[in-house]
Amino acid sequence: MYAFTHHLASSVDDAVKTLGANGDAKFLAGGQTLLPTMKQRLAAPPHLIDLGKVKELRGIEVQGDKLVIKAMTRHYDVATSDAVKSFQPGLAELAGLIGDPAVRHRGTIGGSIANNDPAADYPAACLALGATIVTNKRRLEAEKFFTGLFSTALEDNEIVTSVEFPKADKFKYMKFRNPASRYAMVGVAVAKKGGEVRVAVTGAGSDGVFRWTAAEEKLTQNFDKRALEGLSIDPGTLNGDIHGSREYRAHLIGVMAKRAVAAA
Amino acid sequence: MGATGIGAAIPRKEDHRFITGKGRYVDDINRPGQAYAYFLRSPHAHAKINRIDTSAAQNAPGVVEVYTGDDIAADKVGGLICGWLIHSKDGSPMNAGPHPALAQGKVRYVGDHVAVVIADTLAQARDAAEKIEVDYEVLPAVIDLANAQSGAQIHDVAPNNVVYDWHLGDKAATDKAFASAKHVTKLQLVNNRLVPNPMEPRAAVGEYEEGTDSLVLYTTSQNPHVARLVLSAFIGLAPEHKFRVIAPDVGGGFGSKIFIYAEETICVWAARKIRRPVKWNCDRTEAFLCDAHGRDHVTHAELATDAEGKITGLRVSTKANLGAYLSTFASSVPTYLYVPLLSGQYNIPAIYGEVMALYTNTAPVDAYRGAGRPEATFVIERIVEMAARELNMDPAEFRRKNFVTQFPHQTPVIMCYDTGDYDASLKKAQEIHDIAGFASRKAKSESQGKLRGLGYSAYIEACGIAPSAAVGSLGAGVGLWESAEVRVNPIGTVEILTGSHSHGQGHETTFAQLVSDRLGIPIDNVSIVHGDTDKVQMGMGTYGSRSGAVGMSAIFKALDKIEVKAKKVAAHVLEASEGDIEFKDGKFAVKGTDKNADWGTIALQAYIAHKFNGQELEPGLKESAFWDPTNFTFPAGVHICELEVDPATGSTTIEKWTAVDDFGNLINPMIVEGQVHGGIAQGVGQALLEGAIYNEDGQLITASFMDYCMPRAHDVPSYQVGMTTTPCPSNPLGIKGCGEAGAIASPPAVINALTNALGHENLQMPATPERVWKAAQGARLRMAAE
Repeated sequence: MYAFTHHLASSVDDAVKTLGANGDAKFLAGGQTLLPTMKQRLAAPPHLIDLGKVKELRGIEVQGDKLVIKAMTRHYDVATSDAVKSFQPGLAELAGLIGDPAVRHRGTIGGSIANNDPAADYPAACLALGATIVTNKRRLEAEKFFTGLFSTALEDNEIVTSVEFPKADKFKYMKFRNPASRYAMVGVAVAKKGGEVRVAVTGAGSDGVFRWTAAEEKLTQNFDKRALEGLSIDPGTLNGDIHGSREYRAHLIGVMAKRAVAAA
Repeated sequence: MGATGIGAAIPRKEDHRFITGKGRYVDDINRPGQAYAYFLRSPHAHAKINRIDTSAAQNAPGVVEVYTGDDIAADKVGGLICGWLIHSKDGSPMNAGPHPALAQGKVRYVGDHVAVVIADTLAQARDAAEKIEVDYEVLPAVIDLANAQSGAQIHDVAPNNVVYDWHLGDKAATDKAFASAKHVTKLQLVNNRLVPNPMEPRAAVGEYEEGTDSLVLYTTSQNPHVARLVLSAFIGLAPEHKFRVIAPDVGGGFGSKIFIYAEETICVWAARKIRRPVKWNCDRTEAFLCDAHGRDHVTHAELATDAEGKITGLRVSTKANLGAYLSTFASSVPTYLYVPLLSGQYNIPAIYGEVMALYTNTAPVDAYRGAGRPEATFVIERIVEMAARELNMDPAEFRRKNFVTQFPHQTPVIMCYDTGDYDASLKKAQEIHDIAGFASRKAKSESQGKLRGLGYSAYIEACGIAPSAAVGSLGAGVGLWESAEVRVNPIGTVEILTGSHSHGQGHETTFAQLVSDRLGIPIDNVSIVHGDTDKVQMGMGTYGSRSGAVGMSAIFKALDKIEVKAKKVAAHVLEASEGDIEFKDGKFAVKGTDKNADWGTIALQAYIAHKFNGQELEPGLKESAFWDPTNFTFPAGVHICELEVDPATGSTTIEKWTAVDDFGNLINPMIVEGQVHGGIAQGVGQALLEGAIYNEDGQLITASFMDYCMPRAHDVPSYQVGMTTTPCPSNPLGIKGCGEAGAIASPPAVINALTNALGHENLQMPATPERVWKAAQGARLRMAAE
């Protein structure tokens, strides 16, 4: 790790102001991606703006028909929150499947979605549930927020403050882990709200998280795993690596989607 | 057996220290004025070095010195050695290329040592290393075993990259057996390359003591005396009497810490040059790149059987990848630690094995838990299983039919099995496993859309390595005995100095149990001293499951001498003749009387020396012994793996594992069982999860735990472990060795179970979910049709 200057932000405004004063600064949320990368000298931001003490960025609240999770809320807090469990139990379950206990006690929802790792779990939930990403500047639909591998619609001086999840009748996330890293090799989130079904896939897409619209159409007609029989996904749009070829990932997407539907 | 003696399953004495964070590892050692070393490593698999410019690094903040291969050449520092000479079929000695501690003119794998920066802090050393400019001329990399012979030449001394082309066995007799065989089973297999990954990475602190002109090296070694011998006699850093090597607490080795590497060599050499202690601590990525890897064979094997299903011959041809340089014992692993084990537990009249060892532009490959024996066991236990299936015989019955039943048994490939009862282990394993219930368990799995399979592995290994004369005749550069010294203190407490080294094996407990048993004293009154060449005179260290059979036997022999001496003292104290003294349960008694003295009294009397004539009997109570056994030991057993496959995803779940081992007599059954557990976990890792992968440019793709899959707790089942016992006749304790058995036995059990579940043999290790999914396609169709 190279030397850097550590700034402890006291508020969102303070964090944004500090960023404005140090253009090459990075926000530090849970640090579960950034810090290992810095330790390997693959990233070398000269300034880190630590959001860990910003109180307004922490907490979980049900506001009418939506669940609001503030950006610096740890995965462990989501996984064990009674509010989340009763509002959308599948979301608490998803948070409990992220990484290991150490990661879940440090990693945050805001950090996860702002990083948009193609194997991260939360982006699939955000897409499937039709979440709204709230920043210090605006409100963005999840689909407009995630723009590709490790990239988002976030602009300079913009910071995720919370994620709002509308309630779905059914929601289930099924994850097939990479045997080594335990990240999602394929993760499929299925949500049903009234007559609308959304299927989001993480871990596999060569351009990051995506919606599997063909599956959505079938499931909208008939929310049953058999509706997905014979449906396949083009491996050409997927990632392949030593752990799983594109073809294998394409196959796994089908399997995980069916299992998610069956368990939803 | 006493409460703490031989056979007692007592908790480990050392655990309190370790689990409360009070261990003292090399990285815990910091010397006054210490500087830090950082190695600049090659980013290329194969390249000429045209020029290295260290001037900017030299002038960077905090830098003490920057050294390259030119500096060690100027100081005439010897190269790293390979201590086992193998001769090719044509009688020529192996082609051992030079192995300088810092590259000279060429780099040969990604991670090869190009330069070292020594600075006041590690961060400064690392920053400065980025300022070194190296002009590389990149050469084509040789990665694949299949193309190694036609690839670019890596060492001038090794045309076609051949280290040796070696063989063992009677080729003519074996060919004859095949010519008259009723059936021949053929197997093509890959034994995947593994990265050892001990929990504690390697580390070293080198120190020069100017007043005495001597060197001290703290290092993560399984054999500090061998390290001193090599660094002193071959690399030439200092004579042995001016060189102290200390291996304190060491957090696992699995073979990778046997070897003498570049980094510790450089630390202790540089410490003298800069007159400051030099510390190096390996990070995990460096460990992936540069610790000696294990396995990496491609093998074709054939098994001949007659009309009755008896094995008549075995023919094995292997290509072994030894990496870019010959590591310390690399050459012995795919030769004498491999082919002599190919007979397995079976009576095979003719065996012929040939091994082509090749250089590639990858990390050196050397001994890793099992070293050669897992490779041999994988060959014989896979092909025996396949032969049984092809002959429509029950795999257990086929094995039973071919078991060696008479001992001693001379195999056609060197080994003479001293004792064993293979059928007893098989029978017991089948009982424990509930083989009879397999059919209904399988039916239940299938009703849930899962495949279920069961696989045997009836392994044998040769360990307790071994008689010095025997290994010498096979090319070893060292003798393989062990030493021990028993120091009895005046109040009767005992210090055992041993040449064995504990890095997870629990010697502080088991060795003390032996002493407690022999002398009838509490285990807490015994301490085990190891890992310091200034305290222990000489030793050969711990590997090849040798510390029990060889190391403890040396202690046993020294204790014999202690008992003889103590009886002489007791005779004087009790005023009786020496022949009338009996020693039992810590008491010396005069036969037929009630006169006695306890252990502590006699120990004290030995030192105050008032009761005997010091000219006739030396004062004190201290004895030493060297033990050189008469044979290898031959642990053997049967493991049964039962697993379930989800054909939709290719996920494999091990549902049941039975291990029945014959390790001879046990000192601490709990520690033995723990060794079995750990060994199986490593074997399951090899079978299902682990594999080092280089890309075609020689970059290690699996250079971190993000891509190299180590087994986790959920990957292994709760084992059912049983024992059978045939005491080993070649050491006084009757013990065989248990440290590697699990890793040797388990891979073929897993693959035999998987291929049983899938209904075909086409599956290589590691059997990752994707490989199993592909292999399950046929099985899935069959299930759908049923």
